[in-house]
Amino acid sequence: MTFLDYAPALESTSILNLKPSYGLFIGGEFVDGSGSAFATISPATEATITQVASATEGDVDRAVRSARTAYDKTWSKMSGSERGKYLFRIARLIQERSRELAVAETLDNGKPIRETRDVDIPLVAAWFFYYAGWADKLEYAGLGPKPRSLGVAAQIIPWNFPLLMLAWKIAPALAAGNTVVLKPAETTPLTALLFAEICQQAQLPPGVVNIITGAGATGAALVAHPGINKVAFTGSTPVGRTIAQTLAGTETKVTLELGGKGANIIFEDAAIDQAIEGIVSGIFFNQGHVCCAGSRLLVQENIHDDVVARLQKRLSTLRMGDPLDKNTDIGAVNSRAQLERITEITDSGEVEGATRWTSSCAIPEKGFWFAPTVFTDVHTSHRIARDEIFGPVLSVLTFRTPEEAIAKANNTPYGLSAGIWTEKASRMLAVADKLRAGVIWANTFNKFDPASPFGGYQESGYGREGGRHGLAGYLMPSDWKAGAK
Amino acid sequence: MSPRANILATTDRSHSVLGSGATEKALTTFLNGIPGVDTVGAEARAAGFASRSIKTTSKAWGLDMVMQMIDLTTLEGADTAGKVRTLAKKAIMPDGRDPGAPSVAAVCVYGDMVAITREALGSWHISKRRDGVAVAAVATAFPSGRASLEVKILDTQYAVSEGADEIDMVIDRGAFLSGSWGIVYDQIVAIKEACTRADGSSAHLKVILETGELATLDNVRRASWLAILAGADFIKTSTGKVQPAATLPVTVTMLEVIRDWYALTGEKIGMKPAGGIKTSKDALRYLVAVAETVGEEWLSPDLFRFGASSLLNDVVMQRQKMRTGHYSGPNYVSVD
Amino acid sequence: MARLSVPKTYKLFIGGKFPRSESGYTYEVTTPKGAFLANASKASRKDARDAVVSARAAFLPFAGLSAYNRGQILYRIAEVLEGRADQFVEEIRQSEGVSSSAALTQVNSAIDTWVWCAGFADKYAQIAGNGNPVSGPYFNLSTPDPTGVVVALAPQGAAGESLLGLSAVLAPIMTSGNTVVVLAHHTQPLSALSFAEVLATSDVPSGVVNILAGDPTAVMPWMASHADVNALDLAGGMELDWVQWQQMAAETLKRVQPPVKGVPVSSLERITAFVETKTVWHTKALG
Repeated sequence: MTFLDYAPALESTSILNLKPSYGLFIGGEFVDGSGSAFATISPATEATITQVASATEGDVDRAVRSARTAYDKTWSKMSGSERGKYLFRIARLIQERSRELAVAETLDNGKPIRETRDVDIPLVAAWFFYYAGWADKLEYAGLGPKPRSLGVAAQIIPWNFPLLMLAWKIAPALAAGNTVVLKPAETTPLTALLFAEICQQAQLPPGVVNIITGAGATGAALVAHPGINKVAFTGSTPVGRTIAQTLAGTETKVTLELGGKGANIIFEDAAIDQAIEGIVSGIFFNQGHVCCAGSRLLVQENIHDDVVARLQKRLSTLRMGDPLDKNTDIGAVNSRAQLERITEITDSGEVEGATRWTSSCAIPEKGFWFAPTVFTDVHTSHRIARDEIFGPVLSVLTFRTPEEAIAKANNTPYGLSAGIWTEKASRMLAVADKLRAGVIWANTFNKFDPASPFGGYQESGYGREGGRHGLAGYLMPSDWKAGAK
Repeated sequence: MSPRANILATTDRSHSVLGSGATEKALTTFLNGIPGVDTVGAEARAAGFASRSIKTTSKAWGLDMVMQMIDLTTLEGADTAGKVRTLAKKAIMPDGRDPGAPSVAAVCVYGDMVAITREALGSWHISKRRDGVAVAAVATAFPSGRASLEVKILDTQYAVSEGADEIDMVIDRGAFLSGSWGIVYDQIVAIKEACTRADGSSAHLKVILETGELATLDNVRRASWLAILAGADFIKTSTGKVQPAATLPVTVTMLEVIRDWYALTGEKIGMKPAGGIKTSKDALRYLVAVAETVGEEWLSPDLFRFGASSLLNDVVMQRQKMRTGHYSGPNYVSVD
Repeated sequence: MARLSVPKTYKLFIGGKFPRSESGYTYEVTTPKGAFLANASKASRKDARDAVVSARAAFLPFAGLSAYNRGQILYRIAEVLEGRADQFVEEIRQSEGVSSSAALTQVNSAIDTWVWCAGFADKYAQIAGNGNPVSGPYFNLSTPDPTGVVVALAPQGAAGESLLGLSAVLAPIMTSGNTVVVLAHHTQPLSALSFAEVLATSDVPSGVVNILAGDPTAVMPWMASHADVNALDLAGGMELDWVQWQQMAAETLKRVQPPVKGVPVSSLERITAFVETKTVWHTKALG
């Protein structure tokens, strides 16, 4: 045994108190769904965690009506400071139950417990704390002296940061005075259902938050429902496109947070050890299942070989394994379907002539796993340089001058994120000026804060979540009448 | 001497990097050209090491290794022969309830306590057995380093002649902070020379950077390279007399230099964090940092030491807990 | 036979501790009808001087906390105050001679004031600060910076202000990271001194808030002229010699907020009154 083979340090699941099955959360209660129930599994072991209801069109209708009633009779009549107090209560409850939520998230999603414990769940609590404080200060949001809520918001979230995406959607919507119907991803419903319990503990008025579980059909039914005023979607660009098409010409407001192919730009004068960490956290954090991942490394040509060598050495201490082990760095891929997608695009990289290097992690027998992979000799026309992989796969390209770095970074229909690594502030600021990306990280990466707006240019979507800007998607200026539907 | 034109004393190492006849200006240009350190990122990396969970078999192995890496230290004006003898006995047998516990790496004292220490170690001195305890002495007007070079050389020669196996010197921080890096360099070369004995062997040299006074990680990075070029066997964080002493980000920054030097030359330099490491939990974090930065070869007393005093008792108590299954207390370890 | 009560001694709150006045003085606090309530410590100018020292020592660390952290502290104050509402209702009822329901209204308003400010800590900078579109290749950002140590005079009205007035003055000052020395309501100080106990158990770092009781006119001149005080909030000074204090403050160019009628209303302006705007430039160039 060598010291680096750290002994198992498992976080116990005994803190969980799961039911054998969960219904839909409508009107403040769990009710049976009309569709056929389905299982949610652990992607690390493929074991079933619990059974979850499937919402049909009829269930979707019930949920929307419940949200509408709550909006008309209760939530839109409530003062901002009272709405804020409910959100403060929810934030505190999340803090109190944070370990339980972290374990549940790790179990259902496959990401390491260290991430859910230290990053995801603290951010979830922080998001609710932040927006709680806006509820009675909307006149300061920059949308006029008396901005109005929209009504009922339909919200569809992805599987990569389940509870955090829920927080990004529900917190600002409620703070602004809307009620919501939220559909979590079909592979990660668990923490949304625990959140429903938290809403009950906070004594949130029934119908203000409704959680309906189901797959793509449930989402489509929700988006198409005539009784909603707003759609907020985070997920893939193709689905976002469909939503935008469906809602064209309607009064329904839409915000979309879609895919990305973020460029992480390393200049020759970068603080090299921290830049290596930035590359690693840019693409291997959360198994690369991050829309804003730094999936394209643009490294200045004169330091390319040194950077690649240092990166490969660094990857040798990344630990892939049981997500519940506190020493695990890389967890499981969320589903078999996603694993197949990652594998297919990655294989294309080799076919197109790039050089593949994979870190030598032991792959467990059961579950869905993909070892961190780095491609060098990548050209801008390669699929692995253009298509979002959404997995732990990094494509390395080079540049010679700052102008060339900017041109290559911007040469994509996406525009969500970018990274800049340099010790020279004037260059960093000038490059940031010219990058067409909604979030730019300088000398850091994958940093999120409820006070900081997040969202993309072009096909990465539109609208911002977080910060004062994040309220704009849930409010209309004073003279607009909230849609009666 | 005119500082900027000063030709530096060449060492094998500086020759390989700067060539012969290098001036202070060449050294300065080289050190200023090394990539900087982003402190926010460096602290985040260190925090990542601190969040590793070291349990059961890993913990047991780690605790034993930490114990063997300790330079058990007393550097007080009030030190007496009695105090030093007690410490030497403790160094040999840290846990009276477990004679099988390993002895520590060294006892670290002022130069005028070296002979007493060596005598107190007796057959347990490193000259008598491979797993024995060495005598390390601080020298060069420790801890401030504010004295003439002549005095510092004499201080070193005295400790070596009294029997010190290792010398922990301090760099001239005033010279460093005012940019006279050639002076800092030349002093280290001179002290390394002063470590040689008549029989041609040499006391092992640790160079203390006093990172708390260097203030920035960029300075820590540059001072580490400087010390290695000038001939350090070990680079060491602190005297323990200034706050802050050793921290995990500073240690990682220094380990990264050691890693890069090894990649450049194949030569292994040792590292010693000193001061402020009081608990086993802290010490285990340093082992993680070492293993994941430079590699497991450095997990050995030959290449990594802890400068500590109260840490040893905490390690003893942790080992007792692992053996007995219950928490221990201060009355079950010896007071030194 | 009715149980014999254990009356409370009311002391000052300085540097996170509860000392008596260094002068040894106390003064009688009574109900509006004259019935004895307590002998409260009577702050001297030296107590005030010590409070300023504590506030100064606490300033940089408090201002250095993240805004989120400060917001959490202010919210915790609200939580703890809510849990002890009954105690404060009773104290206010006796001190001010008002009904229990009026006292409860005041306590609830005070709690809501803390919640309001807690929710602004990590937001007001997004309104009071911004990027500036200067001509030329420069990055330019304006951000609010807390001004430092603020001495505040709590509202001194006949009723409805002993706890609410204190909160309405303290919370906005603390939101941005300032530290405070506050002179409580002169004749109704008990709520303020009990409120110190709430602060002491709410994760508020020592020295961030210092509460002094006694006759404000004895201490204010020393605070108004004190060179290590950055700003004065004269909210409760309407009936007192506040103009003279403002003139004294002019010697060191302190920022001075004039008195208000009654209890000040929570607003962005109450927060930004005690911040400095800092504007940073940096060149931008690709080459």
